[in-house]
Amino acid sequence: MDEPSATQREPAPRRDQGDATASVIATRGLTKRYRGGQLAVDGLDLTVPAGSVFGFLGPNGSGKTTTIRMLMGLIEPTAGTARVLGRPMPRSARTVLPQVGALIEGPALYGFLSGRDNLLRYDAADPTADPRTRRTRVAAALDRVGLAAAAGKKARAYSLGMKQRLGLAAALLQPRRLLVLDEPTNGLDPQGMREIRTLIRELAADGTTVFLSSHLLDEIEQVCTHAAVMAQGRLVVQGAVSELAAGARDRLAVTTPDAAEATRVLKELGVGDVTADGDRVTGEPPERDLAEVTAALVAAGVRVRGLTVERASLEDAFVALTGEGFDVAG
Amino acid sequence: MSRADALRPEGVRRRSPLWTLGLLGSELAVTVRRWRTLALLGVLAAVPVLIGIAVRIETRDGAPVGGGNGEGPAFITQITNNGLFLVFTALAATLPFFLPLVVGVVAGDAIAGEAGAGTLRYLLVAPAGRTRLLLTKYATVMAFCLLATMVVTVSALLVGALLFPLGELTTISGTRIGFTEGLGRALLIALVVAASLVGIAALGLFVSTLTNSGIAAMATTVGLLITVQIVDQIPQLHAVQPYLFSHYWLSFADLMRDPVYWDDLVKNLGLQGLYAAVFGSAAWARFTAKDINA
Ligand SMILES: Nc1ncnc2c1ncn2[C@@H]1O[C@H](COP(=O)(O)OP(=O)(O)OP(=O)(O)O)[C@@H](O)[C@H]1O
Ligand SMILES: [Mg+2]
Repeated sequence: MDEPSATQREPAPRRDQGDATASVIATRGLTKRYRGGQLAVDGLDLTVPAGSVFGFLGPNGSGKTTTIRMLMGLIEPTAGTARVLGRPMPRSARTVLPQVGALIEGPALYGFLSGRDNLLRYDAADPTADPRTRRTRVAAALDRVGLAAAAGKKARAYSLGMKQRLGLAAALLQPRRLLVLDEPTNGLDPQGMREIRTLIRELAADGTTVFLSSHLLDEIEQVCTHAAVMAQGRLVVQGAVSELAAGARDRLAVTTPDAAEATRVLKELGVGDVTADGDRVTGEPPERDLAEVTAALVAAGVRVRGLTVERASLEDAFVALTGEGFDVAG
Repeated sequence: MSRADALRPEGVRRRSPLWTLGLLGSELAVTVRRWRTLALLGVLAAVPVLIGIAVRIETRDGAPVGGGNGEGPAFITQITNNGLFLVFTALAATLPFFLPLVVGVVAGDAIAGEAGAGTLRYLLVAPAGRTRLLLTKYATVMAFCLLATMVVTVSALLVGALLFPLGELTTISGTRIGFTEGLGRALLIALVVAASLVGIAALGLFVSTLTNSGIAAMATTVGLLITVQIVDQIPQLHAVQPYLFSHYWLSFADLMRDPVYWDDLVKNLGLQGLYAAVFGSAAWARFTAKDINA
């Protein structure tokens, strides 16, 4: 088993994705067909490099949670294999799972117990958790997710965001090598979302690999070093976020009431793929200085209200790669 | 939480085998902290109180219970002479339905309730281990059989001592035994009654592994209890009756004979053991192979 060394602690993009020993999660042909015939995950080959913050993207129903359930040994794959921390799942659940913190399809709590007692129970379920340090670890986890003040309140009386935080606290009861978070910011307020992102960055800096599912592209873009995109149970693409975003080109965007004239001028300047949409004209960014473009437009009498180069987002990359939008398939 | 800890290779965290018992403690606590469990135990505790008060009121003028024609639960006519008989009466009154109902509710809810609430998946990724979790649930349900019986017994003992005289008592065989021996037999009877509930407890736990709805599992278990009780009453079905978990339940009264008549008691305990083994194994086979989707 390859331990993350000091040099791997920074979530640096890694190239050796085919190397199974350096990957924290590796699946080969992973497939799940539910009883009733629904093919939820179809031949998934996923590689999550050690030390990465890995975004697992896909529209509703694309098979993210199903994949996570197979990785955590909750459901048996119909075909294929899954290795977590270098060991086969679900067979090695007993040795693997104590090193994994997980939030799966939202938190689940005992409503009649306080937040603190919920964590004490989940910690007692782990036979590798030391009962002598249980109370301190629970208090530290509560503190880390900002629930220290509400720890004595019955979980039934928690708001959705508080429940989500408590679920996160359960994943942080022990030092983990891998955190699997299924839509962790679901139900959180903007402040909470920011806190979770900060928390994820902190954990990643400590060498924890974070595997994070989401259908929010910008959330992934903000924290992840790597990403994979699912659609209808299949893997569309995976790789470093920087490489994925490079798949989509930046765009030159001119805002003007004289769209027709601007289009003509830009074409004359050699700008490729020029399209006009209302008062917005976009095209491939030219090699030449943008000041020259502006000057040429103004000289031609185009009233320029704005001129920028828009950075490609992961969403653009996704659309470019799949030619599809980000919609639920039936 | 040092960094060295986080980076230590798997399995190297030093641990004690005793830590595994933490889950049992947590399970027992969670079971008795549910308000539903407390309410059911409250009902069980109230049964001896009601019987005691009823007998006391009826015999206020010195008349024998039930007009002297021997109606009502076993031993009820003796309560006025000796409060200890309230223990036997209360157990005889609750064993056919109340006690197995309470045990069936707790056993049926054990796995299915957690599955329905979603807490099961977090216990399993903790990781509780499927076999370990099932054994813990099994032990908890068995412990609950004893707890439920003890609630009836202790309540009956207290009410009996408060409302009626205590002293020597007459066995079913007509011999007289001292109060201490009588108390010993009462406790022995309580243990046998608790053991009589093992069959329905194992059955309930098995049912609990079949569904993700706690309510459905509880209802099924209680439904099976009622069905079995009915089948046990139909003379034409006498061929299957010796295999019904409730068939030898009232054999605990044989402990009040002198000498004790063991045949049916042994058959009862053997049958409960059989149910525990068969449905325990079935629950294990089911639970360890099950997809946890809820
Ligand atoms: N228990 C189940 N039985 C049958 N089909 C299921 C079950 N759970 C999920 N599915 C189906 O499998 C597919 C994938 O579902 P999954 O929950 O993995 O999606 P997801 O990517 O997590 O979606 P979301 O973003 O909404 O959480 C869906 O089509 C869903 O209908
Ligand atoms: Mg999901």
